[in-house]
Amino acid sequence: MPDFARDSTQLINLYQAMVLTRTFDAKAVALQRTGRLGTYPSSLGQEAVAVGVAAAMREEDLLLPSFREHGAQLWRGVTLQDILLYWGGDERGSASSGPRHDFPVNVPVGSHAPHAVGVALAFKLRGEQCVAVCVMGDGATSKGEVAEALNIAGVWRLPVVFVINNNGWAISVPVARQTAAATLAQKAVAAGIPGEQVDGNDVIAVRAAVEDALARARAGNGPALIEAITYRLSDHTTADDASRYRSDAEVSQRWNEEPIARLRRYLVKRELWTKADEERMLTALSTQVDAAVESYLATAPQPVESIFDHTYATLPADLADQRAAALAARSRR
Amino acid sequence: MSEITLVQAINRALTRAMRDDPTVVVLGEDVAKDGGVFRATEGLLAEFGEGRVIDTPLAEGAIAGLCVGLAAQGFRPVAEIQFTGFIYPIIDQMMNHASRIRTRTRGRLTCPMVLRSPCGGGIRAVEHHSESPEAIFAHMPGLRVVIPSSPARAYGLLLAAIHDPDPVVFLEPTRLYRAIKEEVPDDGASLPLDRAFVVREGSDLTLVTWGAMLKETMATGERLAAGGVSAEVIDLATLKPLDSETVLRSVAKTGRCVIIHEAPRTAGFGAEVAARIAEHGLLSLLAPIERVAGFDTVMPLLRLEQHYMPEEQRILAAARRVLAFR
Ligand SMILES: Cc1ncc(C[n+]2csc(CCOP(=O)(O)OP(=O)(O)O)c2C)c(N)n1
Ligand SMILES: [Mg+2]
Repeated sequence: MPDFARDSTQLINLYQAMVLTRTFDAKAVALQRTGRLGTYPSSLGQEAVAVGVAAAMREEDLLLPSFREHGAQLWRGVTLQDILLYWGGDERGSASSGPRHDFPVNVPVGSHAPHAVGVALAFKLRGEQCVAVCVMGDGATSKGEVAEALNIAGVWRLPVVFVINNNGWAISVPVARQTAAATLAQKAVAAGIPGEQVDGNDVIAVRAAVEDALARARAGNGPALIEAITYRLSDHTTADDASRYRSDAEVSQRWNEEPIARLRRYLVKRELWTKADEERMLTALSTQVDAAVESYLATAPQPVESIFDHTYATLPADLADQRAAALAARSRR
Repeated sequence: MSEITLVQAINRALTRAMRDDPTVVVLGEDVAKDGGVFRATEGLLAEFGEGRVIDTPLAEGAIAGLCVGLAAQGFRPVAEIQFTGFIYPIIDQMMNHASRIRTRTRGRLTCPMVLRSPCGGGIRAVEHHSESPEAIFAHMPGLRVVIPSSPARAYGLLLAAIHDPDPVVFLEPTRLYRAIKEEVPDDGASLPLDRAFVVREGSDLTLVTWGAMLKETMATGERLAAGGVSAEVIDLATLKPLDSETVLRSVAKTGRCVIIHEAPRTAGFGAEVAARIAEHGLLSLLAPIERVAGFDTVMPLLRLEQHYMPEEQRILAAARRVLAFR
């Protein structure tokens, strides 16, 4: 057992962060279903990866998340409202309330892996003891940019940790159709960097593995790749219907392994958690999420000129003309 | 016979092409078992099997690149790129290989591939799912670039694209996928890939557009008609090679022209259309040409996308300015 796992407060923090993520996901899906949010990717069943990774990081480390790491973003201080605003299609959600240096969610799969390399190079050039943490899906490992990023990180021994959130599926494509490799961790072999698999439904194991990799990277011992094995219990996004390509039987089987019930059983067994604690927590979390939803729904519409605000540091005259035209068109409406 | 949507017309054309020609194969992310995220390839796996309907790993550059190899071997690959936001790694393959392998081998190897991709905004999609990159591909020598705007044209143009001996980028406006229904006979007849379509005849003003913007442009035409103005509407459909003759003939008649597209304004394909008119039809112009386009900004997230895309009001205002010019 790693040290943090002997500390009941830390375990309970991890537990609550996972439950917050799940409560939030459920709410977000409900908002989408009622037309109040855009397409949304739930992280149901994968909370231990997001939370475990973020919990292993220091504030000054830098997170480059995919689009399904809400739990990691929340742990690092991004507000529920900002996540709702972003997935609700409001530009202001991108002004992210988390660490100023973190990267935004990455939608073009795998394309953020080279960014992590650049960030890590900056840390190295400045002699800073910080690490870039890039989280991506199993599907991302098929992208050329990911192979390129692993290779460069290896040859330059950069402080970067790549975490593959292997949830078994890339939309309708199972991992076995994504690669002939026996594991995704072994993608590290060709890059000459350490690669390991971890049980992605065990938040303690995820956090411990990422902490070790971060410590090595921080000490100048180079990058690592961690394959966290979990399962996507939800549809790919609210726009997907997973029953078209995978069986309910497979999914219900996987419910037996999901990370939240698993940690709860452990906490209860060690007498660190009671039914009353659980009820208190659930009430508190749903109040917190409801309040965030309320404030999201009450957010005044953004002005049309938000489209132009951050295209350049200063608005070129040519674009200023277009902005004026957009405002004129709006006032004609 | 029943009416079908644009995405059903795509499906019908793919099915027809695969039935008629065993060298046609369909591949891409989630195209087989899932039938494509927009269901354009629904049912193909069941009819044609795994050998011809192929789910690929998540690797856009390789998808396009392997089509070059397949095509050189005599297959007719039709690849789906799930959204145009993810098409950019493919530029290398299209620019350096697909579009020039004929030239590089003096015609010994050719590349009859089709790259299909849903394009454009207006469906409340996630970031990077609403882009309009047609001008980027239109800039590449050796490629054809096609954007259908109705179910019937989607069917005929896709068949033509698949039959064509050279690579075709075929962009499908998501906003129209299920917006219009019409009868589309499954007659296997293709439409020409070098012709623009006059979809509304008129004598006072020429409105040139393509893809999803045809909807707002036609509405503008109707609105102008109510005020006694007769607008001609042209759907370019094939941007490259451009049928400038049809545009020039119309402008010679009307003397006034507005070009409408959803993609950003600067170096958008409207600039090419305007240049052709300036080169070959300047003296027939009675007013400066206007372009109504997306802004030179990042495509906004869904809340503001309707302000980004040329709405009817903006097209109408431009049309009125062009008409009023003396
Ligand atoms: C480059 C790219 N191609 C296609 C897509 C469309 N798409 C979104 S998510 C996804 C599957 C991603 O699978 P994986 O990397 O395993 O992440 P997961 O969705 O399972 O979290 C696809 C194909 C995309 N976003 N980016
Ligand atoms: Mg996955």
